[in-house]
Amino acid sequence: MSQQETLLSIRNLNVRFKQEDAEPFHALKGINLDIPKNTTVALVGESGSGKSVTSMAIMQLLPAMQTLIDPASQILFEGRNLLELEGAELRRLRGKDIAMIFQEPMSSLNPVFTVGDQIVETLMLHAKLSRSAAAKRALELLIEVGLPDPEKKIKAYPHELSGGQQQRVMIAIAIACEPKLLIADEPTTALDVTIQKQILELIAKLQARRGMSVLFITHDLGLVGEFADKVVVMRHGEIRESDDVKQIFENPQDAYTKALLACRPQLDHRPLRLPVIDDFMKPGGYVSAGERQRGYSGDDEIVLDVQGLAKSFDIRHGLFGKKQFHAVKNVSFKLARGKTLGIVGESGSGKTTVGLTLVRLHQATGGKALFEGKDLLAMSPKEFHAYKRRIQIIFQNPYASLNPRFTVEQILSEPMMLHGIGNNPAERRKMAQDLLDRVGLPARSLLKYPHEFSGGQRQRIAIARCLTMKPEVLICDESVSALDVSVQAQVLNLLQDLQDEFKLSYLFISHDLAVVKHISDQVLVMNKGEVVEQGNADAIYRQPQESYTKRLLDSIPQGWTGGAPVLA
Amino acid sequence: MTSTVQAAPAMNSTPEVHRGFWALGWRRLKRDKIAMVSLMVVGAFLAIAIAGWFNIIGDGWRKEVAVPYAPPSWLAQSADETLPPAEEEAGARSDAPIVTMTEAEDPIGKELAIARQNMGKYASVETPLRESLPFGGDLRGRDVIVKTIKGTSTSVFVGIFGALFTLLLGTVLGAISGYFGGKVDDFLNWFYSVFTSVPDMLLLLSFAAVAGRGIKTIIIVMALTSWTGTYRLVRAEYLKLKNREFVQAASAIGASDTRRIFVHILPNISHLLLVQFSLLTVALIKYEAILSFLGFGVGVTQVSLGSMLAEAPAELVQGVWWQMVAVTIAMSLLVTAFSLLVDGLRDAFDPKANK
Repeated sequence: MSQQETLLSIRNLNVRFKQEDAEPFHALKGINLDIPKNTTVALVGESGSGKSVTSMAIMQLLPAMQTLIDPASQILFEGRNLLELEGAELRRLRGKDIAMIFQEPMSSLNPVFTVGDQIVETLMLHAKLSRSAAAKRALELLIEVGLPDPEKKIKAYPHELSGGQQQRVMIAIAIACEPKLLIADEPTTALDVTIQKQILELIAKLQARRGMSVLFITHDLGLVGEFADKVVVMRHGEIRESDDVKQIFENPQDAYTKALLACRPQLDHRPLRLPVIDDFMKPGGYVSAGERQRGYSGDDEIVLDVQGLAKSFDIRHGLFGKKQFHAVKNVSFKLARGKTLGIVGESGSGKTTVGLTLVRLHQATGGKALFEGKDLLAMSPKEFHAYKRRIQIIFQNPYASLNPRFTVEQILSEPMMLHGIGNNPAERRKMAQDLLDRVGLPARSLLKYPHEFSGGQRQRIAIARCLTMKPEVLICDESVSALDVSVQAQVLNLLQDLQDEFKLSYLFISHDLAVVKHISDQVLVMNKGEVVEQGNADAIYRQPQESYTKRLLDSIPQGWTGGAPVLA
Repeated sequence: MTSTVQAAPAMNSTPEVHRGFWALGWRRLKRDKIAMVSLMVVGAFLAIAIAGWFNIIGDGWRKEVAVPYAPPSWLAQSADETLPPAEEEAGARSDAPIVTMTEAEDPIGKELAIARQNMGKYASVETPLRESLPFGGDLRGRDVIVKTIKGTSTSVFVGIFGALFTLLLGTVLGAISGYFGGKVDDFLNWFYSVFTSVPDMLLLLSFAAVAGRGIKTIIIVMALTSWTGTYRLVRAEYLKLKNREFVQAASAIGASDTRRIFVHILPNISHLLLVQFSLLTVALIKYEAILSFLGFGVGVTQVSLGSMLAEAPAELVQGVWWQMVAVTIAMSLLVTAFSLLVDGLRDAFDPKANK
């Protein structure tokens, strides 16, 4: 597969971004990359690795004002240097020969036009078809991408489709003009795991049928093993390793590639600590520290006993009517001290609502949550205030959960002040410093503002904020989902250490089944507001009882499967 | 805002400087040349205005120091050439008593005679009225420059305090409305709709007509009529921010509603309020001019840019243009500088807006 005709070849691509008051940021440091014809190349890297910049450079979508591209750089597409093309020629190439699909299908589709119109427009523009011919072709395309009920959906507006269906439409638009190269930039990151599998299958199928090349960009190395031919691993604007997929998975040469493969939680084993990048980069390499056993034993002390929790929202229906939407129906579970209960489910399953209801950010409409025998949900707000410090929540997005106008010291001192912990500012500052140290941040961070930290560091600050109140129950609502895999491993290790040290109980909510498996003693599978299955983590993953759980587990990317074609 | 949590003194004497939002914005603003020039102009105006409020400058604007409609000095030369004959003639006539009745016929003839005899005793040591002034004089021979300084001072005073009141009213109502939602929001929205359904100027004039004249009344009247824009802006921001995770996080750690509204959310819209404040100041300076021009503005014993403009029509008929030009220069300089500064502020503190 290696000696094929080259479709696109990048030579010595150097990209710098102008910065306000610093040297230009060197985003791509002279990378070389070849995409052969009829091949899927996966470009893998964490945030800041330059993988998206590469794709934007191919499409010439980088903001011209801020970008400095080295004049010696070349992006050759069938022998023509894309960096020298301009205006009409470039536009003709974009969309016709090179097409792109993005991460967020909703924001890539124009909400005021129907799906059909948007495909027809592309066809009329690039394929020079008449309107009726284009409409006919659009329908064929929708059938090809497997949109259910295409005759009806062609007249639908984007908001009437689900996320997966929107992404199918995006793919239909992208392949409308039979491109030679399809660039897919994290096309499944915003989608549920079952939908992700479908979309990946679709892209693989289209690639094979049309003989086009696909540049698949993702942060998740585990995802690409099933269908990529070539894998390119990037870090900090450099290519660390580039090889056939088999080689990358079976015999990775670069320490970083090895780390990426290892730091993602695995389904088949559960190390005491997840390996992190540094373990691999240091001389000597990574040495496994053994396995951890998890699960509820019979005599666990129950901290939180939730019985029949329900939450419904009123939705306006018609002119005056109201309709009830049941986000959570009759959810019961017991959370033991020092243990973790994982809640998994796809978007819309109600898993986040459970978490928010327990800290009363949503008002429950039914059920009980017993904490030391008292019902948290029935308390007056005043009564509940005393319990707030004992049951805390960490949110998904570390960029949004810290007030941008507060320094870290203010962020950490506020809860202590509100709950009368520490007698004076100096004492609180000392405690804040100790906690920063505990979560692995230097003490001088106290004076910084959230924007000066990376995502993982911010999540550490959010964790430290909860720890100031010495909570007993910590609800982690997708707390590691927005983080890079390597950072994710660090934060998961931190959470584990804190649990061991303080006997914290976690309610760990996530859509990521591998992460939940790694951290949880018990797992609760939710679908459409209801509990599908509940039990010890190992048992559920080994022998799922319900078909929904089975389907969910089947959708998990398998990584490298030894070359056997998993996808048809 | 966050008086409760004081910034810690530098630990381990770290040389790093941690720039908050405002420091970063200020750095961006400093790079914007137009904004910096505007800032200097606005600063100069503010200095003049503040000096004017404390009567350090412009206090003597009422003094009649020159002849009526004294021309600007740099025009006086040519004015002398054309005016003297007429003026001499007029002077000669005014010296001689105008006699239309004999003393006996005149009912106050006796008193007049006494008065004439005593004239010398009472005559104050009057400084001779000047023939020209640096930028001319008005109907009563008052110096246009001093008058403009005092007028600018009044206008800026009205603009700034009017904007502050407006902002206060709009922000508080908008914050309550956006944060709490529900019935409170419905009621305030209804209130807002009523206010905006009446044309602005009409509302302003009717309030002004009822409230009478004077600086304080104008400020209150303008605050009552101009809060709607700020209200809508602040309400929308609160609607957006109250569901942000950092506000939910604040709620989870036990921060009260008041604390969330004023300590957590308000600082996050403070840059918008700054821009809004500058916009309002400009708008209210113009409103004041209109009101005073129409006679609903400052009292007769006060001077503002608007009341000076009100004198312009009568003057222009006689070819006296300098008062109007002085006001126009002062006002357009102020308004333009302020508007450019607003643009600069917006770019510096809301960088997303232009990308």
